[in-house]
Order: sequence, then C-alpha cells, then structure tokens
Amino acid sequence: MQFDRRELMKLLGLGGVVLGSGLPGFSLAASKGQPAQDFMFLQLSDSHWGFSGPPNPQADRTLKEAVAAVNASKEKPDFIVFTGDLTHTTDDDALRRKRMAEFKAIVADLRVPKIYYLPGEHDASLDKGQAYQENFGVLHQSFVHKGVHFIALDNVSDPTGAVGDTQIDWLKSELGKLDKDAPIVVLAHRPLFDLYPQWDWATADSAKVLSVLEPYRHLTVFYGHIHQENHRTTGAIAHHSAKSLIFPLPAPGSLPKKAPVPWDPEHPGRGLGFREVEVKDRGRTLALEEYDVRGGRV
Amino acid sequence: MRRLCSALLLGLLAGLGSAAAEAPVPRVIKITAKKFEYSPSEVHIKRGEHVVLELTSLDRKHGFKLPELGIRADVPPGGTARVEVTAEKAGRFPFACDVFCGDGHDDMAGTLVVDP
Repeated sequence: MQFDRRELMKLLGLGGVVLGSGLPGFSLAASKGQPAQDFMFLQLSDSHWGFSGPPNPQADRTLKEAVAAVNASKEKPDFIVFTGDLTHTTDDDALRRKRMAEFKAIVADLRVPKIYYLPGEHDASLDKGQAYQENFGVLHQSFVHKGVHFIALDNVSDPTGAVGDTQIDWLKSELGKLDKDAPIVVLAHRPLFDLYPQWDWATADSAKVLSVLEPYRHLTVFYGHIHQENHRTTGAIAHHSAKSLIFPLPAPGSLPKKAPVPWDPEHPGRGLGFREVEVKDRGRTLALEEYDVRGGRV
Repeated sequence: MRRLCSALLLGLLAGLGSAAAEAPVPRVIKITAKKFEYSPSEVHIKRGEHVVLELTSLDRKHGFKLPELGIRADVPPGGTARVEVTAEKAGRFPFACDVFCGDGHDDMAGTLVVDP
C-alpha cells in the first residue's frame, strides 16, 4: 500500500512547519547556464549509528524507521543530504569502520536518486576524516542542482572545529564563480556562527567563513550538530539546524549542563525527525517542513 | 645638578621597584584535563582577582574555552597551558573542551565561579 507523503504524515499525526518567506531575501532566480526549477530534498542528520544508552533505548531502530518513512512517501525527493554524525564516535578504528559499513547498509535501502554526505565530528574528528573518506568520499564538495548551488563544508575533521584557511580559499574560489544574486545553499555539520560556544556549538573560524558568505544575497545554511530545530539569521543569511535521529538536546544555554533530553517512554522518539526542503514557486520560496520519525514504519 | 638628577632617577627607580615589589603575585590555580573531565571542574575566584589558570593534560590534546571572558587555549598532551584571568563581573561562567576528544567530549566542561 502506498501513501501520499502528506497524507501519510497527516495520518501519523506528524507535525510540520513551513518557513517560506522566512528565509530572508531567498529567491531562486535562474543562475547562469541552468534555469532554476522546483524540487524537493530532505535533510537527515545526526543518526549516531552505534550509540547505545538510555537517551534512546531504540537506537538500533530509529535510523531504520526514518528510512522506512522516506520510502513510504509517494513524493520522492531529488536527493537527501545527511549533515553529519552519521555514526557515533569510538576510539577503536575497526569499530568506527564497522559502524560506517552498517550505516551504509541501512541507508542503501533509501529509494532516492542521490545521497550526499557530510562528516560530523563523531565521524571524522579523531582520525581527521580518514575512515570517513574511505566510506563516504570527500570531506567537502560543491554541486549544482536545477540551478541552485550547493556547497558542503567540513568543519569537523579538524578537531578544533575549524574550517581552515585552505578550505576557506576553496570556498572563496567556488563562490567567486557566482553572481551575488545566485541561489546558494551551504551545508555544514556545526553551526557556522557562534550559536552557543559555551557548549561548543560554534565553528572556530566562523568569522572568516561568514565574511566570505555575507556578500551573497540569497544564501541559506542547513546544519546539524545541535539535535534540534533552530532558526537564526546572521546578516542576510538564514541558518537552520535539523532534528537528530538519535536523541534531542536542550535549547542552547537552557540548562547549566548540556545533556540529552531524557527518553520519554510515553512518547518514544519525541524530538527526533528529519526535514523536507521544498524549493518551489519557480524558486521564489524555500519551504521547510519538519517530520517526526515516530510511526514512520509503514 | 648631576647629583640631583641621579637622586631623582634613583628615587624614580626605587619607586618603580617598590611598585613592582608591591604588585600582587597572581594566584595560580592548577587544573588537570583528561578524557573527559577537568579537575577541579568548578573553580572559584573573587571578583577583580587576577589569577593564572595552569592547565595540564594528562592524556591527549584538549582545549579550554571560556567564551564569556574571551579565553581559549590548547592544552597539549603532557604539557601545560597558562591563561590569565581577571573577572570584573561576579557570576558563573561555563568553560568546555573545544578540541573533540572522543565519546564523552560533550561532558568535558566546568564552571568558573566569580564570587562577589
């Protein structure tokens, strides 16, 4: 039996939020060479495959539930982006690779045309991205999809959480090819601004990175790391963090100590989920909808 | 005249020496860092007190970041980092490791308490 995605989410009682014109100045006018067309992609983040513990007693199922929920949808995304912490960290190099292999096997079931991966510090900080590159390829990259320029940054393989001058030079070079009005989506794991550095929710050289991004008038950032939705702007740039697929974390600075929000047996999976980003109205609106993974198994 | 100048200079130097001698020596507070904790994890100083935090790593590279006072340092493995702190405002100021050090990195945090 196949469900329309929206019907499915409605049936499952899953909430959504649309932040269409909430993205400041976001207008996907056609960029050079490729006319912008409507499309949809999904952002999944922070699955921490390999984690076990009270914050998620169903940790071996949550990612699989998300995969099932995506596959159950009639409306398919053009692609999925995983914004880091695919696996939970370990000091054991062999176990790290085992977790990555298991993660890949699970997401191989996703029936989508393309998946882009970004590293998180749990995947890539302890070995500077070695195992990650063996399993998922490059640490940073750019691609163009239907006229929209995507740039995936690595702010984790340096364990200090910096992007680094070499990658910033590459970023300048990539953006330098584009018109200041070009539609651009930047992907990263950690926030590219000082969201709450007291909890290490920042990028060490964010000031340098933002100074490179700021001249571009239609640029939006999607990131993970903080295991919750958060929507902020710096200048004209909108920054949107995604829910995780393992356990939620408290709002920035809301508690004296950062710790996972306790699992609620009455509401298993509360606070977990993934995001749909719909680029529509001939690119004039970027709409976000948030989906819960509870009951995603159909 | 030369004698007067010398006396003035000597007096000036003596004054400077005296001022230097009277400058309070900052209290040194030793903090050890290891996966995944600082010890002590809560450090008390008095408002306006000038202290030196002497951080020593017992295992690997760690970081020390105290954003509200604009302080950060690398704490190298087997080495020591010294950071000077003078807090003009009383309160509780969290610090954390900002060099990812493994499972438990998120727990590696502490608080500088500036007492009134």
